[in-house]
Amino acid sequence: MTAPYQEPIADYLSATTQRPVDDGLNGAGAEVAGPPTGCRVRSEDLHVYYGPVHALKGVTMAIPDRDITALIGPSGCGKSTFLRCFNRMNDVIPDVRVEGRALLGETDINGPRIDVVALRKRVGMVFQQPNPFPMSIYDNVAYGPRIHGIRRRSRLNEIVEVSLRRAALWEEVKDKLRKSAFDLSGGQQQRLCIARTLAVKPEVILMDEPCSALDPQSTFRIEDLMGELKESYTVIIVTHNMQQAARVSSMTGFFLMGELVEFDATRKVFQSPADERTEKYVSGRFG
Amino acid sequence: MSEPSIGPQVGAPPATDIQGNARGRGWIKELGFEAIALATVCAALLMLGVLLVDIVLDGWPRLGMDFLKSLPSRKAEQAGIWPAFVGSLYLMVITACVSFPLGVAAAIYLEEYAPRGWLSRFIELNISNLAGVPSIVYGLLGLAVFVRAFQLERSLIAGGLTLSLLVLPVVIMSSREALRAVPPYVRDASLALGATKWQTVRRQVLPLSLPGIMTGTILALSRAIGETAPIVMIGAFGYISTVPTGLKSPFTALPIQIYNWVSRPHRAADTGITFQTNAAAGILVLLAMLLTLNAVAIWLRNRAQRRLK
Ligand SMILES: Nc1ncnc2c1ncn2[C@@H]1O[C@H](COP(=O)(O)OP(=O)(O)OP(=O)(O)O)[C@@H](O)[C@H]1O
Ligand SMILES: [Mg+2]
Repeated sequence: MTAPYQEPIADYLSATTQRPVDDGLNGAGAEVAGPPTGCRVRSEDLHVYYGPVHALKGVTMAIPDRDITALIGPSGCGKSTFLRCFNRMNDVIPDVRVEGRALLGETDINGPRIDVVALRKRVGMVFQQPNPFPMSIYDNVAYGPRIHGIRRRSRLNEIVEVSLRRAALWEEVKDKLRKSAFDLSGGQQQRLCIARTLAVKPEVILMDEPCSALDPQSTFRIEDLMGELKESYTVIIVTHNMQQAARVSSMTGFFLMGELVEFDATRKVFQSPADERTEKYVSGRFG
Repeated sequence: MSEPSIGPQVGAPPATDIQGNARGRGWIKELGFEAIALATVCAALLMLGVLLVDIVLDGWPRLGMDFLKSLPSRKAEQAGIWPAFVGSLYLMVITACVSFPLGVAAAIYLEEYAPRGWLSRFIELNISNLAGVPSIVYGLLGLAVFVRAFQLERSLIAGGLTLSLLVLPVVIMSSREALRAVPPYVRDASLALGATKWQTVRRQVLPLSLPGIMTGTILALSRAIGETAPIVMIGAFGYISTVPTGLKSPFTALPIQIYNWVSRPHRAADTGITFQTNAAAGILVLLAMLLTLNAVAIWLRNRAQRRLK
């Protein structure tokens, strides 16, 4: 009755790699100069205050595109705060103040005319606790596309399948899509949350300690998955697990008390850090 | 407990120590307290039981389609409860239709949208105060506003609106409670996917809290249908021989009908049916309505608990 589905799956998957130059987030429209090649996600002298607490103290960082960047540092040093700047999830917290710039392309994420909804579509987030909605597996994945206006059954089916495949979960759940998401194991739930994020076609995926609630087996599966995701997405992962940072990431940033102490190639950070505080932390004599 | 030991008592002292404590004064106190608590519970249950048995004995034989579907009458054996029953049903529906959307909307605003500050704390305080205001005060308010100012006269709609005012604070408070019970991660996850606040409320928060909201609303309603004072205040009729046909009809309600019958003089007809018998049967009808409402509320609550793990 309606026109056949036109966008082939391959296109859907590669959508992130062929993103048009205009971000479409900004009412003002056209971009000015091109971003430094390969780093669309950047922060420039970024400060965050929670009321009187100065949680992030002037962080400048350029996150390489389509790669995995790890953020490490002791508890309370501002990693989550930094992450949440990029999808404006800090907005939810009362009394929060952000200064400096967080950029996606050339668009200032904290700019006054930013469409936060469009931004969050582009910058997905996976939380520490697997947090599927109390709905069926299918509805969890279809939730994002639905709120963004996709109604057609066949289209939704397709997105759900593609997203679940990408999250390496399809084979395990394809026969029970209508079952509650709570029937899945913790690791499966976390992969479901990743699938849910992929379903809105993000460009950047923020992961805040995505494996800290999981067993080693599930952790490895997610790490494998991240290795595949970095082909198409820019991934930023916060982790307390040093080995994990070393295993999955190309770049690592070390945070301490709201400052970015060191940001360099992962191998460099772990084997010959420039700052002695980093050295202390990665060798486990600190924090 | 143990058999009496004969030989040297090696492990005995600690054992007796423990037993001594268990059998000592503390134990007696404990038992005493338990007994008192049990006695009070029994006394309360007993009174309730006596009351119920008395009413059932009086009213049960009178119950039947006849009693339910008849109009009130000067003769006790012909009198029925139909107008009051219908009136109470109407009142309940009007009250539900007014207080549910208003109360839920207010709760959503206060819980999800309103900035946390002195204003929202002030509103919150006042809502809980309103919930404690005696119902007759709402009756006065209804009389002044709906009956007089809005010129709704002594009508069903005036009664329903007055009862809505009465239950609104309770509906708001229990709805807020239900909204607050939705875990924050649900909101975070939805917002992080690019949902707007309203989409998050509509598609996640509201469906999850709906059973809780309904439970609160139903319990509030069951309070409303037992209320007499406010609708007497706005002038529900004690005696009425027609079933209400529309929102502007005069009306009466079960509690008023019951009160009316109880205050009639004892004068047994040949059948042995007095107005007191009718009152007892009326009370049974009212109780049945209340129990039905509460059962629905409990059922909804259990279903909600299963859904949220
Ligand atoms: N909602 C909030 N309100 C007030 N202060 C906050 C809030 N969230 C974080 N903070 C403060 O900001 C600082 C950084 O917190 P953040 O959560 O970013 O740390 P983190 O590096 O992610 O820690 P962890 O490793 O424990 O998750 C901390 O000092 C914390 O107390
Ligand atoms: Mg954190």
